[in-house]
Amino acid sequence: MPATLAKSASLFLVLVVALMGMAQAADTGFAVHMAIVALAALTAALWVMKGATLTGSADPDESRYDDDPVRWGVIATTFWGVVGLLAGLYIALQLAWPALNLGLEYTSFGRLRPLHTSAVIFAFGGNALICTSFFVVQRTCRARLAFPSMARFVFWGYQLFIVLAATGYVMGITEGREYAEPEWYVDLWLTIVWVAYLLVFGGTIIKRREPHIYVANWFYLGFIITVAMLHIVNNLSLPVSWAGSKSYSAFAGVQDALTQWWYGHNAVGFFLTAGFLAMMYYFVPKQAERPVYSYRLSIIHFWSLIFLYIWAGPHHLHYTALPDWAQSLGMVFSVMLWMPSWGGMINGLMTLNGAWEKIRTDPIIRMMVLALAFYGMSTFEGPMMSIKSVNSLSHYTDWTIGHVHSGALGWNGMITFACMYYLAPRLWNRQRLYSLRLINWHFWLATAGIVFYTASMWVAGLTQGLMWREYGADGYLVNSFAETIAAIHPMFILRAFGGLLYLSGALIFAWNIAMTIAGRLRVEAPMTEPPYNPAADRPLPAPARPVGALQPAE
Amino acid sequence: MSHEKPRVDDATGTNLVGHEWDGIEELDTPLPRWWVYVFAATVVFSAGYVVAYPSLPDVAGSTGWSSRGQLDETLKAEAVARAPLINAVAATDITQLAANPAVMRSAIEGGRAAFKVNCVQCHGAGAAGSKGYPNLNDDDWLWGGDIASIHTTLRNGIRSPGVDETRYSQMPAFADMLTRAQIGQIVSHVRVLSGQDKASRASVAGAALFAENCASCHGADGKGNREMGAPNLTDAIWLYGGDRAALTQTIAKARFGVMPHWAGRLDDVTIKMLAAYVHSLGGGEATPAAAPAPAAETADNVGT
Repeated sequence: MPATLAKSASLFLVLVVALMGMAQAADTGFAVHMAIVALAALTAALWVMKGATLTGSADPDESRYDDDPVRWGVIATTFWGVVGLLAGLYIALQLAWPALNLGLEYTSFGRLRPLHTSAVIFAFGGNALICTSFFVVQRTCRARLAFPSMARFVFWGYQLFIVLAATGYVMGITEGREYAEPEWYVDLWLTIVWVAYLLVFGGTIIKRREPHIYVANWFYLGFIITVAMLHIVNNLSLPVSWAGSKSYSAFAGVQDALTQWWYGHNAVGFFLTAGFLAMMYYFVPKQAERPVYSYRLSIIHFWSLIFLYIWAGPHHLHYTALPDWAQSLGMVFSVMLWMPSWGGMINGLMTLNGAWEKIRTDPIIRMMVLALAFYGMSTFEGPMMSIKSVNSLSHYTDWTIGHVHSGALGWNGMITFACMYYLAPRLWNRQRLYSLRLINWHFWLATAGIVFYTASMWVAGLTQGLMWREYGADGYLVNSFAETIAAIHPMFILRAFGGLLYLSGALIFAWNIAMTIAGRLRVEAPMTEPPYNPAADRPLPAPARPVGALQPAE
Repeated sequence: MSHEKPRVDDATGTNLVGHEWDGIEELDTPLPRWWVYVFAATVVFSAGYVVAYPSLPDVAGSTGWSSRGQLDETLKAEAVARAPLINAVAATDITQLAANPAVMRSAIEGGRAAFKVNCVQCHGAGAAGSKGYPNLNDDDWLWGGDIASIHTTLRNGIRSPGVDETRYSQMPAFADMLTRAQIGQIVSHVRVLSGQDKASRASVAGAALFAENCASCHGADGKGNREMGAPNLTDAIWLYGGDRAALTQTIAKARFGVMPHWAGRLDDVTIKMLAAYVHSLGGGEATPAAAPAPAAETADNVGT
């Protein structure tokens, strides 16, 4: 087979180049990375030659959806989610008890913090976005995935990106750009993977057998294209050598800072908002079995969101060397962004019109509603914090951390968990999930965790902000920086506790997904509707039940 | 999408748009009124803001506001408000500060603020110090605890490189001069001096070695010498620790603690305020009666 031959030959070429890079490496980190690349190329080459074709095209049955990459994606999302949350809990504990840095460079906060952020955003969130987009685009286009071998390349290539990024952070390889820390060669690799992703997704849309493109796909496409643009521009840099990990940014000074926050803010806007709204637009109506609330709202809020978000980045640089005019524009675009953001919340929540009772009976719907509620809260909080007078208090404080986590844990986390709960039984042809009651546990642990996290960070942030600007009667600052840290130490501990609760919920989630994949069904009393008085629209007190009597199964 | 009558969703009574994807349909609900109004309001607010505040390159807003202008105004107002105090501190000799309680109190407040920015990194937020960094709350002073001596230390630092007037002394590393056993005997003697151990044969031998090698700086009685910054060895206060291991390390390898000079880094008034603050912490000593008549500030460097 010439195709197999060509593929394995090019993989061996990659292997040889990686080994040369390893031999010529200017620093140890680069050598380790080239070793990882060589290993990945070798594994892929052996796999190709074994005849387990990467294409899966042995059975190109156009009447069936291609769900292998989606299944792998569900597993990857679950795995990286637990890893990322574990790293988050550990660095939260480091902030409360710095001895946990262990005196080692590899376990210091500075290296583990990007590991946490990248693991939750790009590994957990990214895998969720890729796998749900492959699932959704096929079903809403009634077309099998375009370029099946490329879809597999996207999945494995993205995992390689994650491994290179994560190992790089631990070894101290970083560009020092928040949420864009990987060095030049990892950036180049991600660019290749991302273009392949665009081709698979776009190709599937082009071969669709539906007259219209569903709103979820607009959001996915907006996310994929914009992230490509952001990633490429922000990472423009010049490597010091072709066999070393270090590079220097193409921009300098405040231009560099503005490029970075143009990227950073739109990573939130297009990765964590547009992409996850795409998930919401498919899975909420499917789970609720209700039509989307408003087609018109979806059009208007999509285009206004896309147009306004891209200008809001300068609000990360209020009261810095950035010229005043750029700061002003960043602020007003952020304020105008409020309603376009809320359009997604309205469309999600109001889709439950006619199915509100499912909040009581369906824990997946409950999770989705919680996600949308946190989406609404953080997209109100964001524009508010972008107002300069608010920002002068909140900037550089833990309020920002609380804001990010109400969005990340509440919105991105909960909507992802809900989608994975939706997908697992369908992808593995199970009768149902392993357990619905465990979802309930997950829901409440996560909710309590988010409340502990965000509330403690609000208190900590306001405390910090107010202490930093506290003047005594003589006109001198009252507090030293160390005193402000001492004041919020209890909040650091509460935050870590919230993280522990959230991680516990995620472990239950991972267990539930794993058992569902294994085909197990937990024997449990069904989730039943509590007694309810429809006239008064309130639940009735539970009637005393004889001991040992079970509710009849539905 | 012909002119068929649109279907109606039973639960809400709203028309369906007519599209369908994988079972998902869409309602033809109009935009929520309040959503449109709030969106319009944010746009109007933004338009007004863009006119009022600088929003184009090199174009000022109608209010004339700029962040640099605001900072300048704030700094000017602060400078005006503080001018009387600054002038009073500048005009008062460091030894005479305490004579004017109002100026002294304000100087202490200013010193407290400057301390929290410049000094806490080593001396701690409560000025309690840590190993190698003296506690400033007690009455044990290496280089003198009256306000003029503190002021001199602050201005010139301790062993601060490149400063001629800096407080300077160097304890020899005795590992090159004495045997391990002899150093152990001196340690025993020092622990007797500080009341930590009872006299022993080793400490008696150590006393002789002490007189020979250490007394020239620390004094025959071990009470130290502020001229040389030689610490008092008879109290319970230790900069690097008073246990055998720490003392052995100190004698064998010596210590060379450095404090930066602040003259030229902080303005003269701030340094005076810092001296007033450190003096006020609890261990400040009265200015010796024999101090020379008030003179120019640099005369303080001579010390007493």
